[in-house]
Amino acid sequence: MTGFVVVIVVLFGGAFAFRLAGQTLTSNAPKFRDMSYGGAFGYVLAAALFIWAVWFYFQPKVLDTGFPNAGVVFFRWAVQGLIIASIAAFLFRLFGQLVGTAGTRKLFRSMPLTAAFGVLVILTYAFVAVFAGAIAPHGQAEIFSAANVVAGGDPALGGDPAFPLGTDQIGRDILSRLIYGAQNTVGIAFVTTCLAFFVGGSLGFLAATLRGWLDQLLSRGVDVLMAIPSLIFALLLMTIASVWAAELGVPLTIFMIFIIALIDSTRVYRLARAVGQNIVVMDYIEAAKLRGEGLGYLVFKEILPNAMAPLLAEFGLRFCFVFLTIASLSFLGVGIQPPLADWGTMVRDLAPFINFAAFAPTAAVAPLLAAGAIALLTVGVNFVVDWMLHKSSGLKE
Amino acid sequence: MSNLLTIKGLKIQGRSDEAWNPIINGVDLELKKGEVLGLIGESGAGKSTIGLAAMGYTRDGVRISDGSVEFDGIDLIGASAAVKRGLLGKRIAYVAQSAAASFNPAHKLIDQHTEAPVQHGVSARSESTKDGIELYRKLRLPNPDEIGFRYPHQVSGGQLQRAMTAMAMSCRPDLIIFDEPTTALDVTTQIEVLASIREIVEEFDTAAIYITHDLAVVAQMADKIKVLLRGDEVEEADTRTMLSAPKKDYTKSLWAVREFQRPEKAPIADGSVPVVSVRGVTAAYGTTDVLHDVSFDIHAGRTVAVVGESGSGKSTTARCITGLLPPRMGEIAFDGQPLPLDYRKRTKDQLRQAQMIYQIADTALNPRQTIGQIIGRPVEFYSGLKGVKKRERVNELLDQIELEPSKYFNRLPSELSGGQKQRIGIARALAAEPKFIICDEVTSALDQLVAEGILRLLADLQDKLGLSYMFITHDLATVKSIADEVVVMKDGKVVEQGPKTQVFTPPHHAYTDLLLSSVPEMDPDWLNNLLTERGVDNIGDAAVGKM
Repeated sequence: MTGFVVVIVVLFGGAFAFRLAGQTLTSNAPKFRDMSYGGAFGYVLAAALFIWAVWFYFQPKVLDTGFPNAGVVFFRWAVQGLIIASIAAFLFRLFGQLVGTAGTRKLFRSMPLTAAFGVLVILTYAFVAVFAGAIAPHGQAEIFSAANVVAGGDPALGGDPAFPLGTDQIGRDILSRLIYGAQNTVGIAFVTTCLAFFVGGSLGFLAATLRGWLDQLLSRGVDVLMAIPSLIFALLLMTIASVWAAELGVPLTIFMIFIIALIDSTRVYRLARAVGQNIVVMDYIEAAKLRGEGLGYLVFKEILPNAMAPLLAEFGLRFCFVFLTIASLSFLGVGIQPPLADWGTMVRDLAPFINFAAFAPTAAVAPLLAAGAIALLTVGVNFVVDWMLHKSSGLKE
Repeated sequence: MSNLLTIKGLKIQGRSDEAWNPIINGVDLELKKGEVLGLIGESGAGKSTIGLAAMGYTRDGVRISDGSVEFDGIDLIGASAAVKRGLLGKRIAYVAQSAAASFNPAHKLIDQHTEAPVQHGVSARSESTKDGIELYRKLRLPNPDEIGFRYPHQVSGGQLQRAMTAMAMSCRPDLIIFDEPTTALDVTTQIEVLASIREIVEEFDTAAIYITHDLAVVAQMADKIKVLLRGDEVEEADTRTMLSAPKKDYTKSLWAVREFQRPEKAPIADGSVPVVSVRGVTAAYGTTDVLHDVSFDIHAGRTVAVVGESGSGKSTTARCITGLLPPRMGEIAFDGQPLPLDYRKRTKDQLRQAQMIYQIADTALNPRQTIGQIIGRPVEFYSGLKGVKKRERVNELLDQIELEPSKYFNRLPSELSGGQKQRIGIARALAAEPKFIICDEVTSALDQLVAEGILRLLADLQDKLGLSYMFITHDLATVKSIADEVVVMKDGKVVEQGPKTQVFTPPHHAYTDLLLSSVPEMDPDWLNNLLTERGVDNIGDAAVGKM
């Protein structure tokens, strides 16, 4: 406790000394002269955290007791991952700046590193998903005799070079299942999001253009659907659908796509209607109406191009939500059905291994790999969406 | 006497396309205590940028690259944030163009008024409240004791602009920067604001920089005038000298703008059928009638100007004619044939015959369509031309509006200037080959030189194509230059109508008289004379509003 107090006091004093030193050394440059105390504290705190991070990174991996120091191991992986990701993103951006048409080169020049990372992640996932069959070393349902092989491929630690990321509890290759999972989870999420946007977007624009009773009907209907918590609603409908699926002989996955698309289309509807309402009051829409243009022209030629920026941004976010919903449903056991590989199911099946984190970090990696794949795509998509939003708002200023 | 404000060799740059581009290229400015300097120029001339720089402030993405700004011996560019905080609001105040957008809608006027004096420790809240009420009285706001306790949305635009001037005065600053304080107001309201600003500036011996693009306004307000053009000073002189003997060609061209006048046309032959005939139109938004029994005719090849303040029903009349707002009673006839009241029930040809040009070209052109698409669509839609023929027709239209087809065909509206955008709006209307065009305040968002170009273009097109115009405007100078007949509207009723010369020659209807006499003239004594004539005390809202 006293140590904590000392650190706080040192930080507060350090902030004051830092600002004073800056003012004296630079003979009152505006940067230091107008610096607030809070700002100075922020700089000092950031410096202190950085020093601590470096110190922690170089702690020994194994404790005196013989157990691995799990905190340090995971921290090193995180830092290494961050550095590799940054370098990859930097090289990718450099590559984009040098190769391609004048248009794409200009795009890459204006791209922040985070967006380059996001684009790289999305392209990689897309590539893996499309060519899963060719890339994966084994089939997604193929069962080997060695179950619960630890990741890392080091026989001394319980690994096997044939399965670099180990095998799961019934002996399926985790790497192959991750690769096929990209195809299943991402592919289904993409189709679902597109469907949600088609339905929600067109109805939203229609409501914004026509207004009146149609708008009231659709909007109130959407309100009702949105009033029900989405995951519970999805679970409910999936339970009903599982009965129908068995009766009709249609795969449950088809039902899942429609159910999630319906639930998410309500959010898209809200956005499309709000954006559309701001556009339909513009004089150019009035001019088109007075020209005698039909509804289709109004929606697709006049409104849609102007609503593209917010809709694309929403598409990125919505894709992540759909993707997480699918993973959640699979985790709960009603989503993508085995033996199809799916990241949500993989997390659920391998979840108990997380308990070994303190003793055997490599064993605990098994559920984290699928969870990491979900997280990475979500982060990547959000980086790209942020960048696009920034670009589109910049254009409007 | 030493200068209150001295700006020397001021250079300001703005960041765009990853490079710093000059906005102001070395402007000098001197202002003594109690002196009013008028800054005039077209939009983009850098008037507001200089105004802000006089407070040591620049907008985001803009920087002062060279020169000095010295206020009462203090260098404002190098000053620390603390020094500036002490000066701004207390000794230098700013009045923005749109008071409605500059007041915080969540606080009462008086609370916003007292904020600066209390913050700067000039006076206590109770004193400052009392002072605020006194200032409201001086600025002749109605109910000065009570108006400060209202929220901004409960007060009219002209009153807000005066409340903002009072707020700027709250610490009795040495310098006030007025950034187009009357541009957004009607002529009749503008006078009240001008008169009260001038009076209070004189009373407290405050120096002011008055930024505007309206020469007649600046003539009333300023002791000396500085003309700017694209970041350079054109010339500066004492107001009277500047008005009577401008030296530079650019200044002369600005002065000459209002001289555009069309020759009078022969009277309309008896018995000719009007192109558009509005008969007894009464229209309502919801259950409230906003138009009462409006009737007028528009004949072939004629321009009918519809004038009035905002809220008088000018634009609503246009909406009734186009069918966007079907009138509750009355009839609209085209070439003698009654039109369906709702635009959805009109035939394609009926829609084609009447076209509209909008006030704000930015919202009237789809920002995601190229010029070729914007003009090409009505060509294709009405005449069915496609491919090369459509392209030829679009080129022909671009030639008509004096824009080079090869250069502009593939551009987006954002790549055009304000005047060019308005020309595209005209071309889109022409593309339908109409007989009749409604021009809704088409020049009010434009600089005077550009606006004159648009007016000349419209006049030429009328002569060539025999078009009829309904010209909605609140600017009587525009009416004088382009109209053949005038319809004066107030509160949804037609107050007076007839040929231009008849309406503009006395005796007028009282309201026409008020409108006409409120148009600022290029005479520095105009406001004084007008105030004497009307009686200074009668200028408040009571006199203007209830007339």
